[in-house]
Amino acid sequence: MGCFATLARLTRGLTTVGVLAALLLAGNPPARADAAPDAAAPAPANLSAALAALPTADYPTKQTLIRQMGELHDPRVRAVLGALLEGHLYAGGEDGRVLISQDAEQGIVTDPLTGAASRVPPDSLTRIGVNNQLRKALRVALAQFDLSDPDAGKRLAAVHEMLRAVDADSLGLLRVRMAQEKSAAVKREIRAGLALADLDSSDADVRLAAVKTLSGSLNTDVYNRLSAMMQRSADGSFGESDERVRAAARVSLNTIDRQRSLYSMVQTLLFGLSQGSVLVLAAIGLAITFGVMGVINMAHGELMMLGAYTTYVVQQLMPQHIGASILVAIPAAFFVSGLAGVAIERGIVRHLYGRPLETLLATFGLSLILQQAVRDIFSANNRPVETPAWLAGSLDINEVLSITYNRLYIIVFTFALFLVLLAVLKRTRLGLEVRAVSQNRAMAKAMGIRTEWVDAMTFGLGSGIAGIAGVALSQLTNVGPNLGQSYIVDSFMVVVFGGVGNLWGTQLGGNALGIVNKVLEPYSGAVLAKIFVLVFLILFIQRRPRGLFPQRGRAAEG
Amino acid sequence: MKMRKLFEWAVPATLIVASSLASAADTIKVGVLHSLSGTMAISETTLKDTVLMMIDEQNKKGGLLGKKLEAVVVDPASNWPLFAEKAAELLEKDKVAVVFGCWTSVSRKSVLPVFEKDNGLLFYPVQYEGEESSKNVIYTGAAPNQQAIPAVEYLMKDVGVKRWVLEGTDYVYPRTTNKILEAFLLQKGVKPEDIMINYTPFGFSDWTSEVTKIKAFGSAGKKTAVVSTINGDANVPFYKELGNQKISAEDIPVVAFSVGEEELSGLDAKPLVGHLAAWNYFMSIDTPANKSWIATWHTFTKNPKRTFNDPMEATVIGFSLWVKAVQKANSTDPEKVIAALPGLEVANLTGGIAKVLPNHHITKPVYIGEVRADGQFDVVWKTPGTVPGEAWSHYLPADKDIVADWVTLKCGNYNTATKVCSGQNYK
Repeated sequence: MGCFATLARLTRGLTTVGVLAALLLAGNPPARADAAPDAAAPAPANLSAALAALPTADYPTKQTLIRQMGELHDPRVRAVLGALLEGHLYAGGEDGRVLISQDAEQGIVTDPLTGAASRVPPDSLTRIGVNNQLRKALRVALAQFDLSDPDAGKRLAAVHEMLRAVDADSLGLLRVRMAQEKSAAVKREIRAGLALADLDSSDADVRLAAVKTLSGSLNTDVYNRLSAMMQRSADGSFGESDERVRAAARVSLNTIDRQRSLYSMVQTLLFGLSQGSVLVLAAIGLAITFGVMGVINMAHGELMMLGAYTTYVVQQLMPQHIGASILVAIPAAFFVSGLAGVAIERGIVRHLYGRPLETLLATFGLSLILQQAVRDIFSANNRPVETPAWLAGSLDINEVLSITYNRLYIIVFTFALFLVLLAVLKRTRLGLEVRAVSQNRAMAKAMGIRTEWVDAMTFGLGSGIAGIAGVALSQLTNVGPNLGQSYIVDSFMVVVFGGVGNLWGTQLGGNALGIVNKVLEPYSGAVLAKIFVLVFLILFIQRRPRGLFPQRGRAAEG
Repeated sequence: MKMRKLFEWAVPATLIVASSLASAADTIKVGVLHSLSGTMAISETTLKDTVLMMIDEQNKKGGLLGKKLEAVVVDPASNWPLFAEKAAELLEKDKVAVVFGCWTSVSRKSVLPVFEKDNGLLFYPVQYEGEESSKNVIYTGAAPNQQAIPAVEYLMKDVGVKRWVLEGTDYVYPRTTNKILEAFLLQKGVKPEDIMINYTPFGFSDWTSEVTKIKAFGSAGKKTAVVSTINGDANVPFYKELGNQKISAEDIPVVAFSVGEEELSGLDAKPLVGHLAAWNYFMSIDTPANKSWIATWHTFTKNPKRTFNDPMEATVIGFSLWVKAVQKANSTDPEKVIAALPGLEVANLTGGIAKVLPNHHITKPVYIGEVRADGQFDVVWKTPGTVPGEAWSHYLPADKDIVADWVTLKCGNYNTATKVCSGQNYK
């Protein structure tokens, strides 16, 4: 092993020597004459020298080359580094030159030095690989080109990138930019970045000014640096020697600490709501079939699974419009799962009314059949459902508080779905009939309501809602044959906790369980938090067997 | 589709039953013990196909010792006790010469007593937590020192990671691996406050708070990496959440031990680009042997898009080793084959040599790959040579004196300090 390591080091050393030689040889003649005696300055004199060294360089050497190319401030560098980042940079042609190719299969290439397009045999092209460290270096190096972009948003992003790895060169560029910058947001960002750099200054006054500039910031770098100033080392001296600077830092830290704990509470609450919304979403269809109709439908999870697979199929049908596919999938999933629900009710459940145990067994069998059907049609592997751009990413409220868009949309979507469902049950003729049948079937029948039709429609409605839940879940979890199973227990849990037959109970119960779970999670870990929630639920049901909001009156007796 | 598959199966199965009655002595039976239904079917079905392909290839070369090979496929249905029953059926009723099988550690632990009682031979092709060496098992997957330890060393030396999140699914493999990794990191001088260990249940999907915790842990000003032993399905929402919370591989890389080509083929790999995986084989490695195997595999499965992955390579290596051992022993008797195995060498698919060691593990190269947008991996680092598998991790204080040696010591758990052999089927 030791022998191998030495060998590796030796080869690396040799490569570096090789690169240096390549740099010296490939430079243009006057540069070579200048550079030859001064071997201690390996920086390539120009772009063509750097490019010549690139294909054979190992990762650490590539990183050096990227930084040096960035410091050349040559406009052609942008295309080269951009192509390297995207994986479009190749070594090839007859002489192994560096070439940019968007379409390596066809061998259509552009020479980054001259900009001339040509065609080379595709086999001769080898892609120049990058790794994480290089990607980071590339983004930092590319940011300087966006620093003078007319779009303020791009400038802000560029400043942000450059601050990820600050050195003397980038600080110089930022100081120049600061003088010309018009946008207040970009100015603020640069000022914060420069102040962070100033914390290292040897002049106590400069440091004090920097601490004051940074006082309102929630940036974690600022927090780390200020905490480091307050830390005592082994010999009792503080990280920061000047008393005034320490006092200012202490004041800043206290403010930051207060704000951080406040925002983390808000964040826990939001996470809880988001998990609660998922629970409500999974349970709300069940609140109708189980809660209102009293049917124990073990295939409820599989109806959600059908909705998720509908999303997948819709995406396959409209691959060009992933963004819109979700909106199309919502009615499609409602329709597919709703129809399946009507078929289940007409085919199985209606023969078993009043026999809950047999209903449970029959629908459980059905859930297995549906899972196997999906395995046979779509294969046992999970299906990739793409996330549209408008659902990806997160809303950053400030440096410490952010919520991802998919969670945010699910909170809103669940609440909207809940309101629609409430309106359907309270305001429409169907809703009236559903309530009538569930309260007193014989009386409703006597009033001329077609109870069988109402049963089928109610079950279809609950199933359709499960389908819509499936569309939402396809954005959060795996679309596979087991999707339904993982939510069925949670769904029953929420409905029973909230109170059977009560939509508000489901809504509040689901959110309460979500928040309790998320409050516990940081202390106990995810596994224990789930156990605690279940234990709490068992105890709660012991005390109040009818849930949070028990039905009252005659309906409760039936 | 399923009907056709059933039909394809039913016909040879009846033929096999009919022919085995007439000419039982003319074939060598090879048992295949992989789940073809249930949760593990996703991963294990391809291994069954790999063994069938190997048998097919060997029969084209004229079989073994002048006899044709014959597959006996059983389905333990991802049900751990059923694994033991099916193993007993293969060994006692079908009298197979060798078994290729198991994926999860719990299934291997379940069949172990059966193989030791009936003195059978099992080739186990999956990376596992170590701490085991049986006389009747050849471990062709990676032990922790052939996957986890090199990956952590890479992050430490080449990436400069100072803070570690060990994130795993809550079961035996992650718990044991993390125990070894924690001991390793502490020995390397990492402070306890720079290590965060976290477990989540199987199939976990609400990763918001977990990822927020990782983000907070990673923003303490030191380079942070996540070592993930998250299993199966839970990975997709985990990586999605990382992407949504804008944690890129450049800031906090995640190195995974259970995510390979097969797993990535089921999801959109674009948000994962740059995240790492440590394996002993990658489909993208450009060697002639690898290319020709992938071509054979595509012809055999009649699907040019089927992926080939690390446990499949381990199955190929295991099968080739068994064939060589049978030829060397000139017998299919497991006792003689087991004795012939240590010291045998076959070429692996990436240009190295797989050698069976006295502890029934093999030598393997270790590769670190970064995920590409097409779901394949770019190798960014590899060990200079192959690494011999260690059954017992010397980073755990309780195990540092334990060795396994089935050639001279004839023991799977031998304490060199007290000179006592305990457990793991010694005689």
